[in-house]
Amino acid sequence: MNLSQELLASMYRKMMKIRKFEQRVSELFAQGMVPGFVHLYIGEEATAVGVCENLKDTDYITSTHRGHGHLIAKGGELKYMMAELFGRKTGYCKGKGGSMHIADAKIGILGANGIVGAGLPISVGSGLSARMRGTDQVTVCFFGDGASNQGTFHEAMNMASIWRLPVIFVCENNLYGISMRQDRHQAIADISDRAQAYGFPGITVDGNDVLAVYEVAHEAVKRAREGAGPTLIECKTYRWRGHFEGDPTTYRAKEELEEWMAKDPIPRFARYLEENGYASRKELEEIERSVESEVQQAIDFAEKSDLPDEADAVTDVYSDLVEEGRAR
Amino acid sequence: MRIMTYAEALREAMRNELKKDPRVFIMGEDVGRFGGCFGVTGNLVEEFGEDRVRDTPISEEAIAGAAIGAAATGMRPVAEIMFIDFVTVAMDQLVNQAAKMRYMFGGNISLPMVVRLPEGGGIQAAAQHSQCLEAWLTHVPGIKVVYPSEPKDALGLLISSIRDDNPVAFIEHKMLYSVKGEVPDENEPIPLGLAEVKRPGKNATVIATGYMVAKALKAADQLAKEGIEIEVVDPRTLFPLDKDTIYGSIKKTHKAVIVTEEAKRGGWGGELAAQIAEEIFDYLDAQIVRIGALNTPIPFAKNLEDYVIPSEVDIINQVKSIL
Repeated sequence: MNLSQELLASMYRKMMKIRKFEQRVSELFAQGMVPGFVHLYIGEEATAVGVCENLKDTDYITSTHRGHGHLIAKGGELKYMMAELFGRKTGYCKGKGGSMHIADAKIGILGANGIVGAGLPISVGSGLSARMRGTDQVTVCFFGDGASNQGTFHEAMNMASIWRLPVIFVCENNLYGISMRQDRHQAIADISDRAQAYGFPGITVDGNDVLAVYEVAHEAVKRAREGAGPTLIECKTYRWRGHFEGDPTTYRAKEELEEWMAKDPIPRFARYLEENGYASRKELEEIERSVESEVQQAIDFAEKSDLPDEADAVTDVYSDLVEEGRAR
Repeated sequence: MRIMTYAEALREAMRNELKKDPRVFIMGEDVGRFGGCFGVTGNLVEEFGEDRVRDTPISEEAIAGAAIGAAATGMRPVAEIMFIDFVTVAMDQLVNQAAKMRYMFGGNISLPMVVRLPEGGGIQAAAQHSQCLEAWLTHVPGIKVVYPSEPKDALGLLISSIRDDNPVAFIEHKMLYSVKGEVPDENEPIPLGLAEVKRPGKNATVIATGYMVAKALKAADQLAKEGIEIEVVDPRTLFPLDKDTIYGSIKKTHKAVIVTEEAKRGGWGGELAAQIAEEIFDYLDAQIVRIGALNTPIPFAKNLEDYVIPSEVDIINQVKSIL
């Protein structure tokens, strides 16, 4: 594919943004600054970016518990994300959601999700809605290899298929459903094979190759916009960190991690950009520095932000009712 | 006034909203060409087409999830789960998604959606097609729960539910579908969270829901012959709850009897009893009485089913027990 220099630079910047954001979150978690459960996307950046670079702000995504990468790739703002991770009132969800529950309806982010596989039926609904409203919006539904064993996978694939909905199902096969390796949790090697059972195309792609992901997603998005129905894309990738921060990862071999770290999608893309004259080393380093400073600004913003007011604990349950508070 | 059955009133509410608002659509198992398992959607598909009266595969979780996704992106879906018993299969989407998204996302997303849930026994449908599961839903913050007991309420409350910007679990009782009643000439909404006194009285307050309202009214006729006047209050919306009307009645009669068809253990009726005890204990002249189904699955044989589900005799006996 012939991609513009501008687009390639944007892809590199976003991958770097995810990497730097996640690395700092990992540190902040270890320091006790970021509480709760945190699931990091390090190592999988090419997948979110390769897919989302094909989307418009008006398109939708549903995300997962490992959602930071999807949100950044779809245009989420680092400072509101970071503030949410810190549990501050300036966060995307006013501190009520945290890492696993960030949404930004204005740019089509229908929410990260703490329930594995729960985004699948929701993506059918946004796909159906776009169809009924007569728009050309598409929905990308991100989920993992673990979610492909949930009942929602089957129900959503079938429903999207019979209605030929503009939904692109993107399975991030990072080889593990928590501690269970793919060869223990399912008897097939390629999850994309399952698309055949629903009567739409399924394709497996190297999820660490951002250009390959971009190309496959491009075709799937085009099909969806043209009314040709869903596609299942399986991106083979790997999470460098544990399932959550603090996971001792005793269930996998060090050699396996090292093998995948050698396939790091970011330097691989950097090499491509340099070798083909799209960017100089210096330019790439500038991108990295500017992203680092953006992440630092997000942390500063979060740290300076106030905690939520306790009175806000009982708002937003309903649009028109405030639940009873407690006197203290 | 018009005369309509409960099912016709529900259909009229959906027709009214389908006509008025292009964002409204119906989805569920067999709601289109088949007209709904209980005939509630009837011929709506002929009037509004298969897109807006949408048959779905047997996939309750995806029905609920699709309603959520559509509601989050500008539509106003009315989903039907054929029997409330099947809501078990859709529970993650309703409990962890629909009920929580607005809150988790800090008010960032609105979910104007209705899930219609036929419930209740009386047709010998046995244990997996006869339950009353309202307590599961009222227990979850983020869902409104509505339960009409007669045609006019079915019409007005369903219109309000479809216009509400929150997820609404709209419970219907299967035994009421063919019951006729007077309905106003105009299709007017009835606000959620407003109870109605179905029969005034002074000796005891009987708070009843769904089909139990009709049984309480029959019991009231019998009791009146003995000079006992009970006030029958139908909350109509289980959450938000109109405490003013319910408490107002109890403050007048000083007696509270709660009649629901759910298994008594852990039911919504128990929650109401607790609230009354906590908040207006001093007005009570007797213990609060709860009448519910026995704590068994609903049995098949007619005599067993009748034994397990509360009857007007149970209401009469229990009212007398505290007078």
